[in-house]
Amino acid sequence: MKIVIINYGAGNIQSIMFAIERLGFKAVLSNNPVEIKSADKVIFPGVGEASSAMTKLRESGLDSLIPQLKQPVLGICLGMQLMCNKTEEGNTKGLGIFNVDVLKFSNNVKVPQMGWNQIYDLKTDLFKDISENEFMYLVHSFYAPNCAESIATTNYDVEYASALQKDNFYGTQFHPEKSGDVGEKILGNFLKM
Amino acid sequence: MLAKRIIPCLDIKNGRTVKGVNFVDLRDAGDPVELAEIYSAEGADELVFLDISATEERRKTLVNIVRSVAEKINIPFTVGGGISSVEDVDILLNNGADKVSINSSAVKNPQLINDLAQKFGSQCVVVAIDAKQIDGQWIVHLVGGKVPTELNLFDWAVEVAERGAGEILFTSMDNDGTKNGFANEALAKLSELVNIPIIASGGAGNIQHFVDSFKEGKADAALAASVFHFKEIEIKALKQELRNNNIEVRI
Repeated sequence: MKIVIINYGAGNIQSIMFAIERLGFKAVLSNNPVEIKSADKVIFPGVGEASSAMTKLRESGLDSLIPQLKQPVLGICLGMQLMCNKTEEGNTKGLGIFNVDVLKFSNNVKVPQMGWNQIYDLKTDLFKDISENEFMYLVHSFYAPNCAESIATTNYDVEYASALQKDNFYGTQFHPEKSGDVGEKILGNFLKM
Repeated sequence: MLAKRIIPCLDIKNGRTVKGVNFVDLRDAGDPVELAEIYSAEGADELVFLDISATEERRKTLVNIVRSVAEKINIPFTVGGGISSVEDVDILLNNGADKVSINSSAVKNPQLINDLAQKFGSQCVVVAIDAKQIDGQWIVHLVGGKVPTELNLFDWAVEVAERGAGEILFTSMDNDGTKNGFANEALAKLSELVNIPIIASGGAGNIQHFVDSFKEGKADAALAASVFHFKEIEIKALKQELRNNNIEVRI
């Protein structure tokens, strides 16, 4: 199986590489459209700030490539947010895969949300054999509101979508690669799709 | 609900953990990677590695540790000690660290906080603040509490948050090593003053101290070293007791 992690200079990719290795697979880093298109699974990571990440995607033409992919694609954290219509962070237009706008948490809570929170109302095979209310590791200041494409919900300030799915596209706000054994299992579920 | 975090802190010197550790089942008590795996298995929510070595090869050694830890464990970890530039942070994050903690270098060059937040995002910038009370004022100290600065703890905390820190690790030098509990009054004040998470550090001696740091100190996370290393407190039992006190934890 060929797993490609999209490399556009956005954040800590090493942890995802190691997590995939612990699951018994190998991943390659690439920003080459041919290589990305030929992958069995594509992971779209992202840490950092939305507008500069989108600029990097546009510069390399990945912004038009990603929405056309046909194989299972998993966006993680900022990667998931960039797959939405737009985000309040830097007033940034996203890839428009998920039909939802990303908003900032209010000041009623500490921002960023940092740490372990529960996921529930789990849907799709991404959460196959995963119990409701498991804790996942999250670090983020912006969130996707609950919507038709939600496949997991988390409560912080409001109830929001901590995972999204549309067709072959999946996104998790949490970091499966940093969420203990359960997180690793979710990543494994994705790789088995 | 977002869980309160329990964070063991490992001091690293020349690639080895220091401060006696009391794990009978360890093959090598000085191996940071093996300790990290054990804490992770016991339910630690995060780990902090503090590099206290002063050799020229320190950076290379630290990078190797970071890589090995990231390879083995699947919970987040922070690296601190001697980090003073964007390049330092770049190398550590690229090798698998999730966050870095800066202390003296932030006091000497506050712009570093802005630069790191802008380049890597606030989520990976922890500003560690060591402070103790002098004439009733909480004063920021450097070099492990030896050198006082002009800075007031609360003013400095507000400034680092404004500059883009994602989290504050507050160590009360008055409490550190006493095992008499955390500096809950100062913690609670910090928590009300800034809108980023606060990690309590310094003073953990028993389970009740952790309960108090969350209830009275309003901390988001609590960090300790020796009580975990010497197995005076086991993380599983600690978390169970926190839950009994209606504090949300990940079990």
